[in-house]
Amino acid sequence: MKIGNLLIVAYRSLSRNKLRTFLTMLGIIIGVASVIAMLAIGEGSKQNIQASISSLGTNSVMIMPGSITQGGVHMEAGSQQSLTREDAEAIGSKCDAVKYISPVIQTGAQIIAGSQNWRTMVLGVFPDYFFARNLTIQSGAVFSLLEDKAAAKVCVIGLTVSTNLFGENADPIGQTIRINRIPFKIIGLLDKKGQNTFGQDQDDIIIAPFATVQKRMLSTTNVHMVMASAQTEAQIDEAKEQITQLLRVRHKILNEDDDDFMVRTQSDLSNIFGSISKVLTILLASIASISLLVGGIGIMNIMLVSVTERTREIGIRLAVGAKSRDVLIQFMIESIFISFLGGFVGIAFGILISMMVANFGGWPVSVTIFSIVLSFLFSAVVGLFFGWYPARKAANLNPIDALRYE
Amino acid sequence: MSDLLISVKNICKIYGMGEIEVHALSDVSIDINKGEFIAIMGASGSGKSTFMNIIGCLDRPSKGTFFLDGADVNKLDKNQLAEFRNKKIGFIFQSFNILARTSALENVELPLLYNSSVTNKDRKERAYQALRSVGLGERQYSLPNQLSGGQQQRVAIARALVNEPIVIMADEPTGNLDSRTSYEIMEIFQNLNNKGITIVMVTHEPDIAQFALSNIIFKDGKIIANSPVKDRKFATKELDIIKKQTIVKATA
Repeated sequence: MKIGNLLIVAYRSLSRNKLRTFLTMLGIIIGVASVIAMLAIGEGSKQNIQASISSLGTNSVMIMPGSITQGGVHMEAGSQQSLTREDAEAIGSKCDAVKYISPVIQTGAQIIAGSQNWRTMVLGVFPDYFFARNLTIQSGAVFSLLEDKAAAKVCVIGLTVSTNLFGENADPIGQTIRINRIPFKIIGLLDKKGQNTFGQDQDDIIIAPFATVQKRMLSTTNVHMVMASAQTEAQIDEAKEQITQLLRVRHKILNEDDDDFMVRTQSDLSNIFGSISKVLTILLASIASISLLVGGIGIMNIMLVSVTERTREIGIRLAVGAKSRDVLIQFMIESIFISFLGGFVGIAFGILISMMVANFGGWPVSVTIFSIVLSFLFSAVVGLFFGWYPARKAANLNPIDALRYE
Repeated sequence: MSDLLISVKNICKIYGMGEIEVHALSDVSIDINKGEFIAIMGASGSGKSTFMNIIGCLDRPSKGTFFLDGADVNKLDKNQLAEFRNKKIGFIFQSFNILARTSALENVELPLLYNSSVTNKDRKERAYQALRSVGLGERQYSLPNQLSGGQQQRVAIARALVNEPIVIMADEPTGNLDSRTSYEIMEIFQNLNNKGITIVMVTHEPDIAQFALSNIIFKDGKIIANSPVKDRKFATKELDIIKKQTIVKATA
């Protein structure tokens, strides 16, 4: 028996029942499409979160003041004023795994330029901060360490601030603005960064030398956090360790006492968000695979019904000389055809749905080859697995009983 | 002995139903030569259909030997039996048993699809020729529900013929047809028989049995009579008579 003939036989019997074939296929189509779309959405949000974490800076390590306990009441993290500028400078000079270091101090401020005003966040940092956070300058320049030492009244502004004070596409370099009534000269304009994952506008910011903000604006010795950056990705943990050791010594913390600061690395963050998005992806994928499984059971259901319904036909085929192997292969071809074609159409639909989600929903998606291969293999296996039992049942029919079947 | 086509010796068919055994066939022996046209008669449950299934290689006897065209059928496995059915035997059934929603031509092609020695081009041509030989050349694309009972049975005959079998097994081929259509089917059978094809036909209509060359009568699983047909009827003649009668009726 030629396999080509069996293909003809299977094709004829499928095309004789187009609606049934299509409905059976629909289960697989929906299953495959949802697996692809769900994995694409999961993967897309994972990449989105990864991207916004890396926008925090490369190999970054953040040191924050710890929480204090006042009269047995635990205060929020950062409530302790344990970090100083000197801590940051010490880390910069003593920890060799650290490449960039900058203390960060921040405050909200009212900005006035001519007749316009705007409220935004002002950061006081070392020039290293720009490198640690991957901030680049669109025009103008970054202030220097000398300007920090001198507490110079210069600043770098974000695009949102520039647009609101000077209008679209204006050149703010060289202009003077007043931050809390203190005049500052604008020396640089940051590149556009857009919103981060949490919807915060990263361009609505003014960055000034650390000493300027600390002394002239806030008159404090406090540091809100210290931003550091490891030499390489591999050295992040080493940098964290060195920083912890150094700060414990500087803060005179005894062995058994808790740290009065916290060190968070980028990998800590991405681990947290990574596990969140992993849970999300697993959840979506398991919902989708259930629908694929249901589709497979649909195939088996239809094939079993069709074996019963077509008992007589099988009897005729056996009587005119079909071997039981021929009947087996015919039914297998039918179910494989349904699941393969359903798989292909499902892939197309899945990609389409992903693109629609991306376009209309504004949700980031990413269709991976892996998800296509996975769902296609799964649908093929479903077809083989759920097609086999009905096919065997058909093949093992006794021709006389099959012919007599009403 | 080259004329011997079917040789059955002492075959029994026992259906075990728990404690009780039903002997559908007991100790049946018969030789059928090539070119015969045998009508098997008998009441329901006399074993004629069981006998037919066995010599049609659809079923196996419980005991006894069965040679078809010189081969010991008992020694063939399931696949070889299927091949035998495909190449040596053509089946015709009372209820036609043609595939629904499948054109006449595709129905006739069916046995050829299971015959690997037939090429795609041959298949269509041979199926068409078989349809034409039963007078349905123009209805090749018709679906079964567009055909009358007689035409459906003729499709079944074309399907039985298409692999050029050495014997045709017909299980009450006229059971669902009126007498005039029955005669038309008998005309086809007699023509085929004249060309040398062996026909074994089960029927319970005595007048249909009259068209055969010899009659076998079954009773309680045994052959009780095997005799040539006296006053054999010829379908062509009978049809002429019917035609004349209808003309007479129409004019009167």
